[in-house]
Amino acid sequence: MSLQAMTYLVVGMTFALYIGIAIWSRASTTSDFYVAGSHVHPVANGMATAADWMSAASFISMAGLIAFMGYGGSVFLMGWTGGYVLLAMLLAPYLRKFGKFTVPEFIGDRYYSKAARIVAVICLIVASVTYVIGQMKGIGVAFSRFLEVDYNVGLVIGMGIVFVYAVLGGMKGITYTQIAQYCVLIFAYTIPAIFISMQLTGMPIPQLGLGSTMAGSEVYLLDRLDQVLNDLGFAAYTTQARLSYLNMFVYTFSLMIGTAGLPHVIIRFFTVPKVKDARSSAGWALVFIAILYTTAPGVAAMARLNLIETINQPDGSQLVYAERPTWVRKWEETGLLAFEDKNGDGEIVYAADPNVNEVTLIDRDIMVLANPEIAGLPNWVIALVAAGGLAAALSTAAGLLLAISSAISHDLLKGVFKPDVTEQQELLASRIAMAFAILLAGYLGFNPPDFAAGTVALAFGLAASSIFPALMMGIFNKNMNKEGAIAGMVAGLGVTLLYVFQHKGIMFIASTSYMGNLPENWFLGIEPNAFGGIGALVNFAVAYGVSKVTAPPPEHIQHIVEDIRVPHGAGEAVSLDH
Amino acid sequence: MSQKSLKADYWKANLRLISLCLAIWFVVSFVFGIILVEPLNNISLGGYKLGFWFAQQGSIYVFVALIFFYANRMGKLDREHDVHEDKDV
Repeated sequence: MSLQAMTYLVVGMTFALYIGIAIWSRASTTSDFYVAGSHVHPVANGMATAADWMSAASFISMAGLIAFMGYGGSVFLMGWTGGYVLLAMLLAPYLRKFGKFTVPEFIGDRYYSKAARIVAVICLIVASVTYVIGQMKGIGVAFSRFLEVDYNVGLVIGMGIVFVYAVLGGMKGITYTQIAQYCVLIFAYTIPAIFISMQLTGMPIPQLGLGSTMAGSEVYLLDRLDQVLNDLGFAAYTTQARLSYLNMFVYTFSLMIGTAGLPHVIIRFFTVPKVKDARSSAGWALVFIAILYTTAPGVAAMARLNLIETINQPDGSQLVYAERPTWVRKWEETGLLAFEDKNGDGEIVYAADPNVNEVTLIDRDIMVLANPEIAGLPNWVIALVAAGGLAAALSTAAGLLLAISSAISHDLLKGVFKPDVTEQQELLASRIAMAFAILLAGYLGFNPPDFAAGTVALAFGLAASSIFPALMMGIFNKNMNKEGAIAGMVAGLGVTLLYVFQHKGIMFIASTSYMGNLPENWFLGIEPNAFGGIGALVNFAVAYGVSKVTAPPPEHIQHIVEDIRVPHGAGEAVSLDH
Repeated sequence: MSQKSLKADYWKANLRLISLCLAIWFVVSFVFGIILVEPLNNISLGGYKLGFWFAQQGSIYVFVALIFFYANRMGKLDREHDVHEDKDV
């Protein structure tokens, strides 16, 4: 069977599975739509959270970025897992005890202010829409390759599928489908990794294979990779820092607290039955995430080595362009891979020197999808990776769209502007909001601000600088008042957005960037993707300062804070608005 | 002991536990993975340089262990301070 037919078959089968589950468990009431009635087992919830969490950024994009960043790519690995520690200890159990549907609802009640709730909704929407842009990039790359069309066409097809998918089910549908999606995506990620690790090192476990010797040789794989890269004029893989250690520090910090501040992840912890389940649920989520995250470094290093050896072959010959493998031709069609035979000798050279290098474009986001093809694995494995990538992108896009739509319909419409709205009207509003968010994110996805993982990192920075500090202070600082929280969120998000827009363009439209994305203009050499860490510090400082000079919160709020600190008496997640 | 001071004790014990866990969290990622990565890279762990290993593998394993350790200890604290969810209202 041809690769394309195989891909249609595997992707089609997995989609039929998800949609079947979504229809079977279709949400009927608003409570079901948002939080599935709080009856999800911690292990199941952990698995669904992992699927929700691991998006196109983790699946399609991250290993490709690490392949080219080497050690510098560690910021994604540590940042996107370390946040769960913060989530489990600083937020999840208390928010579960508080028992509300949405993050803005908590902020609105804790800070006894509709204004705080509206500011939280804005922060949430800005971060989530940016995140969805990253998913759209990943979905566009996957569809363009497997339908053999241009990236832009792939993106439009992806938007349509995300819309149908997200509108069909609510959270309950999504919880069960996401368990199925987790299984598909983790299988799809690890199978090719095991194959490739076996080929290169003889060791089937990629986590160990990365630290093993090359098959039939005494040389360690990482030493070999460092050597090959040095010979071509690149920095050594294992010691190449991302700009500076300070930048890596801030970047990792930003991704960690962003993880703990992202609404679609936090909302998951409202769906476990008990406070103690919220703690262990975060642990289970991280177990399922860690399976992929500890595999990714192996995928990255091995993909880079295989790529180099496809072009600059180990026997000393170069890739003859006319005899290039099929996968190269297919990716060239998408416009995401390009060569230029500069010296006209019919051969392709890959090197660090831009005058010699003839590989003029490798979009980082193609590496994971191309990896099994580069390694010459069977067609069913390649098709499986496509299905896994789409599962990752769709599950996260759906979770985010749900967070966006519930913020608009539940927090803004019902909570603030029109409290007497009926359930049907609320559901309708949430679907309209979803459609609008998909169109906006899709439109911005035509010219994404970065590779999928980079775009998602920006979204984390925005969540880190706005939502995380407000939540944390709401629980750990009884004296934090509404003035402090609002000023902190506005300052944190404002500083981060200004910095990102000034370097990446307003709304990420590059031509509107008023300082150019030039490293010499960066504050302390910190890249825009990492700036959420600084934004969060600004948020904390401003909130603390303002709260000191304004009136303390009323007494009943202080009692609420005392109450959420103990698990005893936790009810089901309810909304006071009902 | 009064209900109020029991709750205050519980919260203090929780904060101590969080501080311990976050100290470990900080050391394995920010210290071993970034700040001290160069000296640690002089030590080998199989084919891995140790600093590189902490940044791309080790820190993640420690994170998982930390969360379960915390969840387990908090479960005990909940019972010791009689603030767990299963007690009669």
